[in-house]
Amino acid sequence: MITRKLFFRFPKSEIEKPIVYHLVKDYDLIINIFRARVTDNKEGYMVLDVTGEEESIERGVEFVRAFGVAIDPINKGVRWIEDRCTHCTNCIAHCPTNALHIDDRKTMRVTFTEELCVECLNCLSNCPYGACTSAF
Amino acid sequence: MKTYEEINRKIETGKAVVLTAEEIIDYVDRKGLDAAAKEVDVVTTATFGPMCSSGCFLNFGHSKPKMRISEAWLDDVPAYSGIAAVDVFLGATQLRYNDPANMNYPGRFEFGGAHVIEKLVAGETVQLFGLSYGTDDYPRREIRTWFTIDDLNQAIMVNPRNCYQNYNVAVNCSSRRIHTYLGILEPYMRNATYCSAGQLSPLLNDPLYETVGVGTAVWLAGARGHVYAEGTQHAPTCDRSPNGVPREGAGTLALTGDMKQMDPEFVRGVSLPGYGVSLSLGVGVPIPILNEQILKRTTVRDKDIVAPLIDYSHDYPEKTGRVLGQVSYAALKTGEITFDGRTVRVSAMSSYGKALAIAERLKDEIRRGDFLLAQPLAPLPRQQSMKGLKITEEPK
Ligand code: SF4
Ligand code: SF4
Repeated sequence: MITRKLFFRFPKSEIEKPIVYHLVKDYDLIINIFRARVTDNKEGYMVLDVTGEEESIERGVEFVRAFGVAIDPINKGVRWIEDRCTHCTNCIAHCPTNALHIDDRKTMRVTFTEELCVECLNCLSNCPYGACTSAF
Repeated sequence: MKTYEEINRKIETGKAVVLTAEEIIDYVDRKGLDAAAKEVDVVTTATFGPMCSSGCFLNFGHSKPKMRISEAWLDDVPAYSGIAAVDVFLGATQLRYNDPANMNYPGRFEFGGAHVIEKLVAGETVQLFGLSYGTDDYPRREIRTWFTIDDLNQAIMVNPRNCYQNYNVAVNCSSRRIHTYLGILEPYMRNATYCSAGQLSPLLNDPLYETVGVGTAVWLAGARGHVYAEGTQHAPTCDRSPNGVPREGAGTLALTGDMKQMDPEFVRGVSLPGYGVSLSLGVGVPIPILNEQILKRTTVRDKDIVAPLIDYSHDYPEKTGRVLGQVSYAALKTGEITFDGRTVRVSAMSSYGKALAIAERLKDEIRRGDFLLAQPLAPLPRQQSMKGLKITEEPK
């Protein structure tokens, strides 16, 4: 069993389809949704962890893609813009999962481990330099 | 004993021995103070963090017909124009016109004077909107135009207070979340924030102002800047450790430098939720190793520098003077302190990472012969306290 973090972007027409239900029932996947939202212009976003056999995940992802859902493996919901980060470390105390963390306390530089992020958005309102943003 | 002239001659010929305030610690441990003082010429110190008391004078040159600007906005941020016709002063913390501030608490303060300064240094286009009452010699009454820093005659940063020698560590003892200039503080002392580069910080490496004075050349965001005066609230008479290092705020520097020479990486607008706008600046200060005593002071370590732990929910705003305790920067930098049996998560507002990068850059510039030292014209005051503001019932 493996876990993969996925970011779905739903086109206007597909937001009403019970995609998550099918992922659980037909592909035997364990789903953990961190954050989901339908925007004003009726597009949908969802950030979730899927756990299951690698092959089932692949098939599940194919199934979702068939609905025209865009799956971006790199840009997830919360984004840390390294160029804007000053390594002030202010976010460290506000991040509940250590997704934002300091590897080496001699150089005190901050890094972001996307897989650990649970999309709580604490860092977005906190970052004094606008280095943390969200795709939706 | 060395003199400024001797050190500068070595810098000019590319022979100066320069180390950062971090490197010097182990170096002196290995070589001994005597030998190291003879060898080392300069120790570079640095800091990067919000410095609210900052701003810049800009000169636009004259439009045709001419205008005596009496009110000005830069990207909708008001700039002070109560000086000559086309000079303005833009303050770092000035909010954009119509910013709701804390009306919708906590305010976001996404854009202000500091962000305009960041845009200017980055070479971006900024809008000038100006009004005037019109005079015979300056008839124009309104102007709207766009410019970059290259179009200006001068863009000179003039900061009344930078580089606080030491600083408070903020906690929140109340039961509600508070928003401060040291960041968001969770209730029941769940987190603490500090703002200093500790062992790398300029005035912690020259605690008694033996080398840094009025006229000292500093690295101000990549430009060659200067200390033009003692900083506002400069209060050297304070609680000090036996090594002379202040255990609280203490000294400050007023700095100036040419914004056209600055590097945008070290000039950053800051949005502090619920508090306001500030400007983060990178400052590097070279310490000339004139004698052993000066060298010894630059070997100060994080574990030997302490800062006062202050409750920002009550003691700070009410000015009670109560200090909860003292914490060393070594402890703060571990990311966790224990206080009153509680574990408190610690993060900073200043960037040690950037301070290190600045100390390295200044070191390289001096080694290459690109940055000469300047002997101070006058020392900083060494005895002086900070006055409070009395509220009087009647005129004096
Ligand atoms: S608060 Fe923002 S700028 Fe500071 S370390 Fe975190 S992400 Fe970087
Ligand atoms: S969204 Fe929450 S979990 Fe993710 S990095 Fe930001 S603070 Fe950490």
